[in-house]
Amino acid sequence: MRLRNSSMDGSDGSQLFEDTSRAGSGSQTGYRNQQAGPQAAGFPGQSLLSDPMSNLAMAYGSSLASQGREMVDKNLDRFIPISKLKYYFAVDTVYVGKKLGLLVFPYMHENWEVSYQQDTPVAPRFDVNAPDLYIPAMGFITYVLVAGLALGTQNRFSPELLGVQASSALVWLIMEVLAVLLSLYLVTVNTDLTTIDLLAFSGYKYVGMIVGVVAGLLFGKPAYYLSLLWCCVAIFVFMIRTLRLKLLSEAAAEGRLVRGARNQLRMYLTMSIAAAQPIFMYWLTYHLIR
Amino acid sequence: RRDNMAFTLYSLIQAAILCVNAVAVLHEERFLSKIGWGVDQSVGGFGDEPGIKVQLMNLVRSVRTVMRVPLIAVNSVCIVLLLLFG
Repeated sequence: MRLRNSSMDGSDGSQLFEDTSRAGSGSQTGYRNQQAGPQAAGFPGQSLLSDPMSNLAMAYGSSLASQGREMVDKNLDRFIPISKLKYYFAVDTVYVGKKLGLLVFPYMHENWEVSYQQDTPVAPRFDVNAPDLYIPAMGFITYVLVAGLALGTQNRFSPELLGVQASSALVWLIMEVLAVLLSLYLVTVNTDLTTIDLLAFSGYKYVGMIVGVVAGLLFGKPAYYLSLLWCCVAIFVFMIRTLRLKLLSEAAAEGRLVRGARNQLRMYLTMSIAAAQPIFMYWLTYHLIR
Repeated sequence: RRDNMAFTLYSLIQAAILCVNAVAVLHEERFLSKIGWGVDQSVGGFGDEPGIKVQLMNLVRSVRTVMRVPLIAVNSVCIVLLLLFG
């Protein structure tokens, strides 16, 4: 249809602005004129572009745009560390597949250490133990959509409920990250865990929640409870094995029993962070399955 | 089930403002010293383990120092907004 209109434009172009009040053919061309109106607006614009003043204006506008873009990039980097965020999104399909498998079945994995490359951690693409933000982000969005789906099957859905679910899950996530940060500060753990790392670890539970809710939608309540139980235990083991290397001292991380109040406190901290995950997983999904 | 479904970012901001206000009204000499949480009682061990209580006291003191002025502005804005919009 569009091709036909543009070919029509070729023949009617000169007539569009000269005389459109012709009877008979005027009404037909009038209809085609309206359809071709937005396309014909390009024709007077072409005469504008050859004007030297507008050339100057366009050049100035484009330089202004690139200046503005530089300024935005520079200032945005001060508030949100863009370059650090890019590290967390450097993933590929193989990594995502392996990590998802690890989140659901962490029992066979042997080496949980993050490999380093001259003091900086290796990108997630090359090391399956490195935390990333792709899976938590996608998991969060998928969780909101699956929650909408679940509510829709119970005829409780309305579009603003999606926003309510998303913001309440986000609030719980923020509170959990703040609580973990506070407890890490109080116990004075010297660790290289950054805030974004903690955000990533807290976001891994969305995978288990999605598995549970989908199983509950497909197969009913017993399947929901079974799959949620499986995913809760898996996330618990995953968190303990990952955090053990980061939070505990060297000796304790290798499994040897080290006495001392500080190590005990760190062990309790690791256990409670790991135990909070199943609690949140249940809390955020039980109202979706009736 | 509406219990956990009414959480919004706005309620989180409200809760955060209330908590920071609560920490900011703990007076140093009238209250904190009386219960043993004063500044002069935190210079204890010079070892590598400050302990939880010392960390908490440091946290309270730093929150009070940093947030004193911004809290004035934030509270004023909140008061005006609540008066206007309920």
